[in-house]
Amino acid sequence: MATDIASVGATRGWRKVGRYSLLTFIAVVVLFPIYAVLLQALKSGPDSLDHPRSLLPVDLTFSTIRAAWDQGDLGRLLLNSLFVAVVVTTGVIITSLLAAYAFAFLEFPFKGPIFVFFLATMLVPGEVTVVFNQRTADSLGWINSYQGLIVPSLASTFGVFLVRQVFLQLPHELREAASLDGVGHMRFLWEVAAPLSRPTLGALGLFTFLGTWNAYLWPSQVIRGDRAHETIQIGLDRLKSSDISRLNLVTGGLVVAALPIFILLVVFQRQLVRGLTAGAVKG
Amino acid sequence: MLGTSLVLLGVWTIYPLVRAIQTGHLSCNQTGTRCIDTGWSTYFDVFMSQQFQDALKVSFWLAVMTVPAGLILGVGLAVLADKHLRGIGFFRTVFSSTVATSVAVASLVWFVLLQPEIGVLSDLFSNWVPALKNPGLLRDPGTALPAVALSSIWASLGFTFIVITAGLQSVPKELYESAYVDGAGSFRRFTNVTLPMLSPSILFISVVLTTRALQTYGEVALLTGGGPEPEKSTTTIPYLIYGRNSIISQDIGLKSAAAVLLFLISLVFALVQFRGFEKRVHYGN
Repeated sequence: MATDIASVGATRGWRKVGRYSLLTFIAVVVLFPIYAVLLQALKSGPDSLDHPRSLLPVDLTFSTIRAAWDQGDLGRLLLNSLFVAVVVTTGVIITSLLAAYAFAFLEFPFKGPIFVFFLATMLVPGEVTVVFNQRTADSLGWINSYQGLIVPSLASTFGVFLVRQVFLQLPHELREAASLDGVGHMRFLWEVAAPLSRPTLGALGLFTFLGTWNAYLWPSQVIRGDRAHETIQIGLDRLKSSDISRLNLVTGGLVVAALPIFILLVVFQRQLVRGLTAGAVKG
Repeated sequence: MLGTSLVLLGVWTIYPLVRAIQTGHLSCNQTGTRCIDTGWSTYFDVFMSQQFQDALKVSFWLAVMTVPAGLILGVGLAVLADKHLRGIGFFRTVFSSTVATSVAVASLVWFVLLQPEIGVLSDLFSNWVPALKNPGLLRDPGTALPAVALSSIWASLGFTFIVITAGLQSVPKELYESAYVDGAGSFRRFTNVTLPMLSPSILFISVVLTTRALQTYGEVALLTGGGPEPEKSTTTIPYLIYGRNSIISQDIGLKSAAAVLLFLISLVFALVQFRGFEKRVHYGN
């Protein structure tokens, strides 16, 4: 079918316009919930009730966010979440490095069965273990405590596999040269192997941090109404009120809870993509 | 070196699993002080119980509503944004953005939006969808579960988009070129090159989204509390197990049995998907 060469360019142009319009439309739909909540958080209480229809950024104020901060004790909740996430992230990196090193560089009895055991734990979802972990935490006196939030998450099978994968790709001569020089396993791990796997550790760290920060089920079962140890995710629920004139406090809380993660992700975008795709691309 | 991980996984993953499987045998009295072993048939009884069947249906429908929609949106958006257009980086950031929302944040965002009295959506769209205003999507037994699904789809979109985009970028450009030379139009190139090359990512996303749907807890706890009552139209299996107002919240035997059944159901769904996709997944080379 012969077409005029000029019309080819014109179709291309229209296609581009179509694609941009579609992209823009979907972007608006995806961003709308965030925009609406942010806007409501930046308006004062009674005002947002009087003019809920106004989706224009006018008469902005921080008073709602400040009120949510005070009433929800959000500063404390943020600190709790930050503390728990930092400790768990550090712990997971250390335990993953150690176990991955053993699997990659050491020979020991029952290595095969132990490896299968590790594999198997990856299949067990938190939804099953929480019933009895709550009991264990209870008998240890760890309900309403940082230990209860932190310790059960300190080992990560996913992390062990990820790091083991990198270790297996390190040239074997490195380890041989090191043992000739009399470098022990621990020194080799911390001074050679760990620094060489820094990109993977970055992805694992970001992932663990996000997962811990965002966790809902376990914190909601191990923290029972103790505000001093609540994380931000389960504490936000408190701002929900049956009184609709105070409902916009939730929006203030949401902004406070989501902002640190948005900033973190903008800074660490590369690590995020690497971590998310580790399991997806060519298995 | 292995010790720490072994002990931690043993205490916090294997022990509770084994105990849950054992305890699933038991039937307990109201306070949980006296339990009798009723054997493996307890699992069967729990599975067949009205409450479990209802919750299973809810979890199943949630998967039906979220997984295909999530996949189609993710693949569609990733393909749409895979062109070298000016400003495409901006769109990619926007489409990835919901990955930053946690279960609690995403659920409360939709909780606020869907409020019939002051929620923005009821102001904007109640002319077309009257249920937004009265009684509100989350309070209507017919629309509560779709509303939960909507919140989940939105929250997963960023994750799906990122994974599929990365999958697209690993497709060798020569494949498109040779398909083009062979006279394949853009639709044929999509069905014969893009989809087969994306199949590992699609399988991965499909399994993750299905597992998430079956294990939905936080969304329900924050959006509907398992209601609206008395239909309990959003009580998923995890909510039946862990919800504050759940009828079995005091009975460790029933909770264990339900939790183990949930684990098995998730496994079956994952295996079926691996099996079904196996022949069609193209791992390259």
